[in-house]
Amino acid sequence: MSKIHVTTTVNGEPTEFLCNATDTLLDVLRDELRLTGAKEGCGSGDCGACSVIVDDRLTCACLMLGAEAEGRRVLTIEGMAHGDQLHPLQKKFIEMAALQCGVCTPGVLIAAKALLDRNPNPTETEVRFGLAGNLCRCTGYDKIIRAVMDVAADQRETAR
Amino acid sequence: MSAQRYKWVGTRQNRPDGADKVTGRARFAADFNLPGELVGKVLRSPHAHANIRSIDTTAAARLPGVKAIVTGADFPEQPDQLLPAGEMQVNLRDVTRNIMAKEKALYEGHAVAAVAATTAAVAAEALSLIKVDYEILPHVIDVREAMKDNAPVLHAHMRTEGVKPAPDKPSNIAKRLEFAKGDADAGFAQAEVVIEREFTTEPVHQGYIEPHAALASASEDGQVQLWTTTQGHFQVRGFCCRLLDLETAQLRVTPSEIGGGFGGKTVVYLEPLAIRLSQRAGRPVKMVMSREEVMRASGPTSGGHVKVKLGARKDGSIVAADVTVALQAGAFAGSPVGPSCMCSLACYDIDNIRVVGFDVVSNRPKVAAYRAPGAPISAWAVESVVDMLAQELGIDPIDLRLKNAAKQGTKTHYGASFGVIGLVETLEAAKNSPHYRAPVKPGHARGVAAGFWFNVGADSSAAAQVGEDGTVTIISGNPDIGGSRASLALMAAEELGIDYNKVRPIVADTASIGFNFVTGGSRVTFATGLAVINATRDAISQLKARAAKIWEVDVEGVVWEEGEARPSSTNVGKFEPLSLAKLAASASRTGGPINGHAQLNAQGAGPGFGVHIVDLKVDMDTGIVTIDRYTAVQDVGTAIHPSYVEGQLQGGAVQGIGWALNEEYIYDKQGRLQNPGFLDYRMPVASDLPMIETVLVEVPNPTHPYGVRGVGEVPIIPPMAAIGSAIARATGVRMLDLPMSPPRLSAAIDAATPAMAAE
Repeated sequence: MSKIHVTTTVNGEPTEFLCNATDTLLDVLRDELRLTGAKEGCGSGDCGACSVIVDDRLTCACLMLGAEAEGRRVLTIEGMAHGDQLHPLQKKFIEMAALQCGVCTPGVLIAAKALLDRNPNPTETEVRFGLAGNLCRCTGYDKIIRAVMDVAADQRETAR
Repeated sequence: MSAQRYKWVGTRQNRPDGADKVTGRARFAADFNLPGELVGKVLRSPHAHANIRSIDTTAAARLPGVKAIVTGADFPEQPDQLLPAGEMQVNLRDVTRNIMAKEKALYEGHAVAAVAATTAAVAAEALSLIKVDYEILPHVIDVREAMKDNAPVLHAHMRTEGVKPAPDKPSNIAKRLEFAKGDADAGFAQAEVVIEREFTTEPVHQGYIEPHAALASASEDGQVQLWTTTQGHFQVRGFCCRLLDLETAQLRVTPSEIGGGFGGKTVVYLEPLAIRLSQRAGRPVKMVMSREEVMRASGPTSGGHVKVKLGARKDGSIVAADVTVALQAGAFAGSPVGPSCMCSLACYDIDNIRVVGFDVVSNRPKVAAYRAPGAPISAWAVESVVDMLAQELGIDPIDLRLKNAAKQGTKTHYGASFGVIGLVETLEAAKNSPHYRAPVKPGHARGVAAGFWFNVGADSSAAAQVGEDGTVTIISGNPDIGGSRASLALMAAEELGIDYNKVRPIVADTASIGFNFVTGGSRVTFATGLAVINATRDAISQLKARAAKIWEVDVEGVVWEEGEARPSSTNVGKFEPLSLAKLAASASRTGGPINGHAQLNAQGAGPGFGVHIVDLKVDMDTGIVTIDRYTAVQDVGTAIHPSYVEGQLQGGAVQGIGWALNEEYIYDKQGRLQNPGFLDYRMPVASDLPMIETVLVEVPNPTHPYGVRGVGEVPIIPPMAAIGSAIARATGVRMLDLPMSPPRLSAAIDAATPAMAAE
């Protein structure tokens, strides 16, 4: 059983890895590339804890094969901050207590980024549906939704 | 309110672990790895109930890459002895059988063997090569079926406790308990209105997003290290040492960050298996449950059957109550039926009460604690009947509760009398809330319900270590499940009079701080908070002594204010204040390092009460319930970090909403779980919900320096009855069975309105 050689881009870095045909992108990220920010909460695409952005598209890393990353651009939670500068969503989540245990947080942040990249002016309903693929069992979502709406408002303010 | 009284307590600071948790840097259990580690996997019973005649592991052991295999025979027999497991109790004889079946598989998913191998693929193949010879037995899933005389018996040794004369036949009823106050029969004789109903609930899972995971590394000299996701690493150490015959000093347990627990991570599943496999293989072993394994073999909480009869006078005073609670324990005795009975009527001052409880085993996974264990089940029933009384008597549901509310001095049916409690204040705050004062929208209906939880104290240890530059490390031993590092640091900063950011809290492993009981029972900010406060005060008394030494005055002449030692009066002498940083810098010249310590058994946890209000609408065709507005009101004592207190109320309420509307374990005729994943076991998602408004009522707990009451558990108690009552008011149909899912609710609506169904 020979391994597949994959050339891809992860968090802006040219990256190569070897994987089995059956390895998911999540397996590769966590076990090969040691990027453990994406979590396996279900392995079936229902919880969103493994959310990553692949070529600008929000993706459950557990539902994609590692081999499919060939030639793609993958963004994980580890690539969300710029150097020592947190992304505004990351900063706002801390300030507004939009996390409790924090295990869903990487996936929620990635999904929120994907949403705001596509729609900088979302309604509350759009934010709720934008994050409906990310289960959080701790917060009841209230502070998460508020934080995302707040970042969107800040960004609109800055853009003006 | 708190912000005026205190500099730090009551403010909304950034949590100390925030940056790690928004960047993916925080390490949860599955994120730990060791060189040379093996992958451990568990073989689980496909049958709900079966004798295990034999297990043949020879073919699996021959597979290249397999390094160790264990079965029930690898774990020593345990005595018939109860140990605390979170807020519940477990019997050691049962615990060893739950982590690995011995003579019998008692539920589908019950572990029967475990393998450690070089890769996950080899481990999986090895499991398929293990031959288990099962003798399939009749099984029982439903709690009422399990109580019948002719039900299949799970444990031949089980005789119902609490029944006189002691039964001579085995039964699935592990225990009967009874609580009484006054004379229930005489009370009902005075009642002008009596309402009696029977309610059911299905088991629901805690639903933490992080599956169970453990990494064990055993050395040849008998020492063991373990990394695991748990609400109580000291409990994990205790359980593993008993189950594996280790000494506590030989086992060092490091808690990972914990990805939710809600009570479900207060027991052991993988930990003893990983250690035993590591001992056998001589290499580290990592084990991670799949979501399916989490659903089939961990948690959940009990399903139950609750009968409630309330009697009232026409003026609304409740004069008698009779409650019977039967809870599923899962495959081994030990449901939360005790707290369920105790909490059932604790919101009310009723003279005549009888409460009877039954702890019942059936062929389901052994239940674990889930947020206010047992209380939501009985409260669902009692609060629904209180709402029916309100409807029957034409009294506002909050007014009816105010008329009967427990107050300071009220003696409960379980014996305790309440000290300072805030139920009346909470009901009044609910009544005055913007939500309750707003009119109900056309087409919508409103429901209200209350809830009670004891809150607990118990054992905690903490240390406050003063660094050479005057910053302070606060060391405690409770995994931070929802922001407790921030709460502990706020209280320490308040005591020390230094900036919150000069205080760094850490969660230490079992070898680095004294014993701490689990993160559970809503105890950490109260009890571990108390230990942190005392450790900080210990450090302050040392700091004052150092200043006294430098000034050559009596220590009584030194006070600690705003982060510095000052002379208590001009009589002491004229000295420049000595800051914490200055005293720290000179520590080695004044007697050595400055470290405060404290350990205690915290008494006097302040009980918590909550009242929830929900506005919703029901689609009469589909039975879909849409929650339009939701408010959680609760007496929180003092909100140390208001954002995380609000978060507890919001998260608990939403778990309750899931319990009310969707979540349930569904079994087929063979006793196999049909929905072991998040697609079919449907927890609330963001698009199901409105914002969750909160009202924090602060009636300080007099036994805590800052008035802390536990807050985490109460908010899961009221939602089911609040939602059921709103549905009853919207549709005219009083739901008696949870969940009130679309198929059940639409069927109930159709049954109540046959003409509509025919159209």
